[in-house]
Amino acid sequence: MFGLYIALAILLVLGILLLIFRVTRLVGIVKGTGEKVVTDSNNVNAAMMIVFMVLFFGIAGWYSYVNFDAYDPPVASEHGELTDKLFWRTMWITGIVFAITNILLFYFSWKYRYSAKRKATFYPHNNKLEFIWTGVPAIVLTWLVISGWMAWDGIMSEAPEESEQIEIMGYQFQWSIRYGGVDNQVGDYDYRLIDAVNAHGQDLSDRSNYDDFISNNLVIPKGDPVLLKIRARDVLHSVFIPHMRVKMDAVPGMPTQFWFVANKSTDEMRVEEGNPDFNYELACTEVCGGGHFSMKKRVVVLEPAAYAEWKIDQKSWLSKNPQYLSQVPENLKELALVTAGINE
Amino acid sequence: MATEVAQIDVQVQEDHHDHDHEQSYISKYIFSTDHKTIAKQFLITGIFWAIIGAAMSAIFRLQLGFPEADLGWLKPLLGRWITETGQLDQEFYLALVTMHGTIMVFFVLTAGLSGTFSNFLIPLQIGARDMASGFMNMLSYWFFFVSGVIMFISLFLETGPASGGWVVYPPLSAIQTAMPGSGMGMTLWLIAMVFFIASSLLGGINYISTVVNLRTKGMTFSRLPLTIWAFFLTAVIGVLAFPVLFAAALLLVFDRSFGTSFYLSEIYIQGEALSNVGGSPILYQHLFWFLGHPEVYIVLLPALGITSEIIATNSRKPIFGYKAMIVSMLGITFLSFIVWAHHMFVSGLNPFLGSIFMFLTLIIAVPSAVKVFNYLTTLWKGNIIFTPAMLFSIGLVSVFISGGITGIFLGNSAIDIQLHDTYFVVAHFHLVMGAASAFGLLAGVYHWFPKMFGRMMDAKLGYIHFWLTFIGIYSVFFPMHYIGIAGFPRRYYSFTNFDAFSGFTDLNQFISIAAIATFFGQFIFLFNFFYSMYRGRKATSNPWKSNTLEWTTPINPGHGNWEGEIPEVYRWPYDYSKPGAEDDFIPQTVPFSETMESNLPHENDMIALEKEQAEEIIVNESAGH
Repeated sequence: MFGLYIALAILLVLGILLLIFRVTRLVGIVKGTGEKVVTDSNNVNAAMMIVFMVLFFGIAGWYSYVNFDAYDPPVASEHGELTDKLFWRTMWITGIVFAITNILLFYFSWKYRYSAKRKATFYPHNNKLEFIWTGVPAIVLTWLVISGWMAWDGIMSEAPEESEQIEIMGYQFQWSIRYGGVDNQVGDYDYRLIDAVNAHGQDLSDRSNYDDFISNNLVIPKGDPVLLKIRARDVLHSVFIPHMRVKMDAVPGMPTQFWFVANKSTDEMRVEEGNPDFNYELACTEVCGGGHFSMKKRVVVLEPAAYAEWKIDQKSWLSKNPQYLSQVPENLKELALVTAGINE
Repeated sequence: MATEVAQIDVQVQEDHHDHDHEQSYISKYIFSTDHKTIAKQFLITGIFWAIIGAAMSAIFRLQLGFPEADLGWLKPLLGRWITETGQLDQEFYLALVTMHGTIMVFFVLTAGLSGTFSNFLIPLQIGARDMASGFMNMLSYWFFFVSGVIMFISLFLETGPASGGWVVYPPLSAIQTAMPGSGMGMTLWLIAMVFFIASSLLGGINYISTVVNLRTKGMTFSRLPLTIWAFFLTAVIGVLAFPVLFAAALLLVFDRSFGTSFYLSEIYIQGEALSNVGGSPILYQHLFWFLGHPEVYIVLLPALGITSEIIATNSRKPIFGYKAMIVSMLGITFLSFIVWAHHMFVSGLNPFLGSIFMFLTLIIAVPSAVKVFNYLTTLWKGNIIFTPAMLFSIGLVSVFISGGITGIFLGNSAIDIQLHDTYFVVAHFHLVMGAASAFGLLAGVYHWFPKMFGRMMDAKLGYIHFWLTFIGIYSVFFPMHYIGIAGFPRRYYSFTNFDAFSGFTDLNQFISIAAIATFFGQFIFLFNFFYSMYRGRKATSNPWKSNTLEWTTPINPGHGNWEGEIPEVYRWPYDYSKPGAEDDFIPQTVPFSETMESNLPHENDMIALEKEQAEEIIVNESAGH
């Protein structure tokens, strides 16, 4: 019944609108305004340009100022501070251009609205102007490109030798994280060895696999370089740690990587944000199926000492799954037992 | 029949079309080879798809703005895509996003825009009786139609339409079991795209050959309206880029159905290790974006061309920097082919390649900026008449600036690390490509409606439609920048899983309300469009006092466009408000010898040339007979 009333109301409103339309049209025909191209509406539209401009810049400016902290996420990595600086520098430069060009657009529209007394100025070209406004943007853009390129070059450079090696693998719809262990070497894998338990497909003929361990959270040290070795098992995924300004696709069959230095521990960030429940998070940003929006991992940044302690406490994957010892070649069995921490 | 017409054009422009022979309903309105009818077919089909595409966005905006709401009332429409608890199905959300993108980019802004206006305006503005090949032109529409039918059918599949995003990256799209939409829906998507590509190529080849071969006497390239330049270059881009998409799609078909490994390698999915090795998903991305980026300009250039024409006409001023506009468009055309990998900065691409593409990408901002400055200078000291078409053109310039500027962030690979695949990108391309092209499309419809249907659209409804749409578009997409800077990823069904993305529920609600209101605002346009088609005020022959050739045809041009000879062209199309001239416009068909009072010095020299040519024609004709 309620739905019927709504439908009736909508019909009524539409009917009234139609009627108004019809009446104004007929009035227009009687008055003869319909024949003219330039009517009083011209001035109304011109004025609306200014009204729109004021409202637009007013609201956008107000919102940008008041909500700055809400949309500007705090940054917690060294390279992130650099890219943020570039971002805001670009924002200032382009923001000014944006404001000037839009204001001119609306102002000219209003200022040069039609008047029967005036004739437009015949002004077909001016090469000097064209050169100026080709040259100036080109120079400014060159500057932006070069600063961007220098930052990019640094971020994408070879990871330092001593980086903590951590493998992060995406699959529908989770992340799995494997550490290099004591030797800080993430062991070889083969996708054909993957099964329900051996999620990473660790190849146990590679000795650097024995001490590798799986962690539920991405735990990283503060101030030390971390190298994420990124893979995907089924479809594309993308590692995204918003606060660290880290993003890199995970591609099946083609390992990728991203190294960075976190410079604020979780605890420090909790204080800074005034939020005792704050946690860094890792998300997926490449559409990967129905559960795409739920691929979350917690990221924990510890002080280096705490990190070392945490790392020592971790049990190797092999020691947790000793049935896989059968895959270890005979000559490495002993080594495996020791390195995995089974026989101590 | 039409090729015959074309040939006659090229040789002597003989009077062939005075007797309108009777055509059957089918050959006149359905399988028509007349460019004007085909244009209208593209337009109506484009509008149909625009409604579907926009309605889809309204539905997924409901989910994003009001994740808790009970959508049970949509059950009659969506059936079991609404879950028991009244929520939108997660897979179907992705299907909606994917179909919205596919439909809007290809069916509305490529076919609806280029298909309509290239077809309608190229012969009319260059002075040709029809396209170079009317038959191919007809095929172009019907391939598009078939493509649309197949895509439409895919919406009703039990497993849903393709849902891996409009870019359909493999392996998600290649492995049929990776998600429901990757099954039959993806197959139909690929078949539909193959038909669509064929349609685009048939159209593009036709546009190019028509512009090159069938220009009327005196219509040199330096006298072409900017609309034609834009359509011409768009067609060139399409003809060079679409075949690559075809290749990408074909290899994807092979990977899906014939066990090849072009894009697949080392995959373990659903408890099974696939045998594919050696392929690369990145290869697909290269191939896709080799079309995908030029595609942005395929939808944008026609809109910019239309705007140039409308802004000049309604400012009553020549377009400022006609040559600079052409050079910019040429620059954009060329550069559009060498920037594609900026979509792939964080795809695992070699970082050095990333640097190269950053350089190339930011260069393309220069010609775009030049175009904006030229538009502004055209408005300066004009005498501006705000027709609905003019309003949408000014709106286009505004959203083009706003959306273009954010491209400078995204083209910078270092900044792109954070912004890639967030709502910042969504805001960027919806403004610069979506809204700008849609505004161009609407502006074009308002401007050339009198030529298409012989009647005027209602101006007041046009004003209301514009202001609703303009305010609506900014209300939808401007706030997305904030959400994007905050890091919200796109294609997320819901943000509640993450603390980092748990804010901005109010802003998301606002965006959704604005989007739905803007969607309903478009019905004003629809009403105006269909009502005016039958009941609109009768148009005069040149309602906007424009210079271009289409306004020299009869109010309802018949088959062959001009009765009698095709007019000759003597000047460029932008002689508005020329000092000394009596009227504030001088059509292209007026020779310099008749405008002594307003000629510039070098134009007086043209008079002698005009005379010579006139004599030549007489000689030729007497020789011919």
